[in-house]
Amino acid sequence: MIRRSLTLFAGLFVLILVIGWFMGLPFTSSRLVEAAAYSLIALGLNIQWGYGGLFNFGIMGFLMLGGFAVTFMSYPVNPAFWDSDGPWMLGRALIAFAAGALLVIGARKSDRLGIRGGWKTFVTVLAWFVAYCIYRSQLDPAAAYIEANAGFVGGLGAHPVVGWLFGGVLAAVIAFIVGKIALGLRTDYLAIATIGISEIIRALIKNMDWLTRGTLTVSPIPWPTPLPQDYQAGGSDMVSSLLLARGGFLLLALAVLGIAIWLISRAYAGPWGRMMRAIRDNHIASASMGKNVTARQLEIFVFGSVLMGIGGAMLVSFTQIFDPSSYQPINHTFLIWVMIIVGGAGNNWGAVFGAVLIWLVWVVSEPLAKVIFDFASTWSTHIGWGAIPDIESRSAQMRVFVLGLVITIALRFAPKGLIPEVVRRDA
Amino acid sequence: MTELVFFINQVVISGAVLGCIYALGAVGITLIFGILRFAHFAHSELMTSGAFFAFLLAALFASWGVVTPIPLGFVVLPIAMVMSAILALGIDKGFYAPLRKRGAKPVILLIASIGVTLMVQGLIRLFFGAGSWSFFETETKEIFRIDTSAIGSTRPLVITEPQLLMIVVTIISVLALHFFLTRSRLGKAMRAMADNADLAQVSGINTALVVRVTWIVAGALACMAGTMLALDVTLKPDLAFNIIIPIFAAAIVGGLGQAYGAIAGGLLIGFAESLAVFNWTMVLRPLNAILPEWMQLPATLALVPTEYKLTVAFVILVVVLLVRPTGIFKGASS
Repeated sequence: MIRRSLTLFAGLFVLILVIGWFMGLPFTSSRLVEAAAYSLIALGLNIQWGYGGLFNFGIMGFLMLGGFAVTFMSYPVNPAFWDSDGPWMLGRALIAFAAGALLVIGARKSDRLGIRGGWKTFVTVLAWFVAYCIYRSQLDPAAAYIEANAGFVGGLGAHPVVGWLFGGVLAAVIAFIVGKIALGLRTDYLAIATIGISEIIRALIKNMDWLTRGTLTVSPIPWPTPLPQDYQAGGSDMVSSLLLARGGFLLLALAVLGIAIWLISRAYAGPWGRMMRAIRDNHIASASMGKNVTARQLEIFVFGSVLMGIGGAMLVSFTQIFDPSSYQPINHTFLIWVMIIVGGAGNNWGAVFGAVLIWLVWVVSEPLAKVIFDFASTWSTHIGWGAIPDIESRSAQMRVFVLGLVITIALRFAPKGLIPEVVRRDA
Repeated sequence: MTELVFFINQVVISGAVLGCIYALGAVGITLIFGILRFAHFAHSELMTSGAFFAFLLAALFASWGVVTPIPLGFVVLPIAMVMSAILALGIDKGFYAPLRKRGAKPVILLIASIGVTLMVQGLIRLFFGAGSWSFFETETKEIFRIDTSAIGSTRPLVITEPQLLMIVVTIISVLALHFFLTRSRLGKAMRAMADNADLAQVSGINTALVVRVTWIVAGALACMAGTMLALDVTLKPDLAFNIIIPIFAAAIVGGLGQAYGAIAGGLLIGFAESLAVFNWTMVLRPLNAILPEWMQLPATLALVPTEYKLTVAFVILVVVLLVRPTGIFKGASS
């Protein structure tokens, strides 16, 4: 097993070298940084699906939360907002939100006042409606005011690493709420529910212009490490400053990745990991052994989402732009699932291997398809069929097909992944 | 009365159109779930590819100079449905049947269906690009404006020809499906297998045939839904991919595995979406005359802003999953 993993990783290393040879160092270095972030996200899914058997199809939502968090934390402060009435109006909206929440909680406890059965349902629905109206009545003018006077809320100007941590915290909070409401569902219902929730998160972040600037996008988001421009100002030439800067970011990302792998490998090997695998393989038996299945599943859902939030924040920091409309289920949910299935669910090294490999396949299939199309086009022109039109846009679509092909082949011929989970059988 | 006509235009017609499409898609999903016990994500791609089959056939017919009183998209629909049914059978044979034979869990089949989604979508984009296409390049989209001044309205009732035909076709196909499921031998076998697959098999039902028929029915209905959606709006590669979750919501709201529930759920979600973004000020405006100065209605008074229209279905989905996971018609339990 060890030999197989080493061979596969050696092959991956050769693949990176080949890509570096053909596509040039600037391209390869930025793809590697992204691959490190995707590895972290894949590890998050590996905890949820590989350790705990939880079916999370809402990865996109957590990536967006992480991206928003780092934008909000590290973007420079917007004085136009803080000097206006905006904070005061938002404060009122927050109070309205709290009042609404109190109302809903009160309605849920209304059976203590002797309101029961159908009446309780009616009171609860009414409370939700009234709370929603109160909140909207305060938020809508605040949003319109901020958008008109200050553009958007702006950031807090903190260090990007603080933003990454905040991304993890925000993802954890949302994952706790999502897990509370959705984890009781059976697998395919859970998949559909998490997709639905991630679409709600996307719609909110995309349309709350006062908070996230929506489709107008926020940039440039600062880097945690020195930018290429800083090295250039120090006297380095173009290429070496680019490589130095990206190398610095890559080192930081690898450090975060290393800490995450170390922590979750220890957790996997310990009693907690054994309990998780027991719950995954037979939750009824583990419940009868006295394990609190619901609480443990919620725990693992939150842990996995933290890694996804941090990974999403890293991606946004690196590209320096937060564009809510660039998030798509294919690129940000299904891609991660392909990484885990191909790499091997339940094995951390498998997850990292799958993440790097699939990310490289994903980014390389477009230029590769273009080369193939160009070749076919010259050939078809040669035999008199005419050239293939729109090669550029067609080859961009090729990667979706390649992704689907990879996942179906993997499920058919290597259902446990390339580096499968090691099942230890102690006597 | 102007307000009533406006309400019918904005909510009843658009809700019915959306509801019909959701219902036809959800019936296929619910049938597949009932027979094969997995959530079939690639249904959206059956819808989109069905719409592209119809589009190609319509273009072919138009190039032959065929002129019909109704839009060509509806004329070629039966042929496109046959093609989609064959595609559905092929996808099952190529991708799902080997996994089922291995005894894979439903979860694995779900992931496989996502793989199929990506592949079919990639192929469609490869051939047709990412742009949008219209069925009405050569034909004109007829719009009926029914004069309602007889009941004292200043606005006409507006409905387009495809919308009217769509509602008629949906009613016909739902009735046909009802008679198929309740009267024919195969339909009864399908219901029996959805209830209890093992019992159906030991009582001599040909389960392999039932599986094939399920794919044929689901593929044909998906093609119908996709084509009609493309006739109402425009045809693009992510036509149905964007609405697959509302369709799942419709199937779950109706109770997974329940064909009638899927139709009810589809209409419910369709109407809920158009009702949620409806601007109530337009209807309640006469009240402004009697309301005091400080209570005048704002210019827009909708339950949710228009950009959150699709989100309504997700919220309904989540609420139903929490409050009543079996759906309104008591489908498969969670």
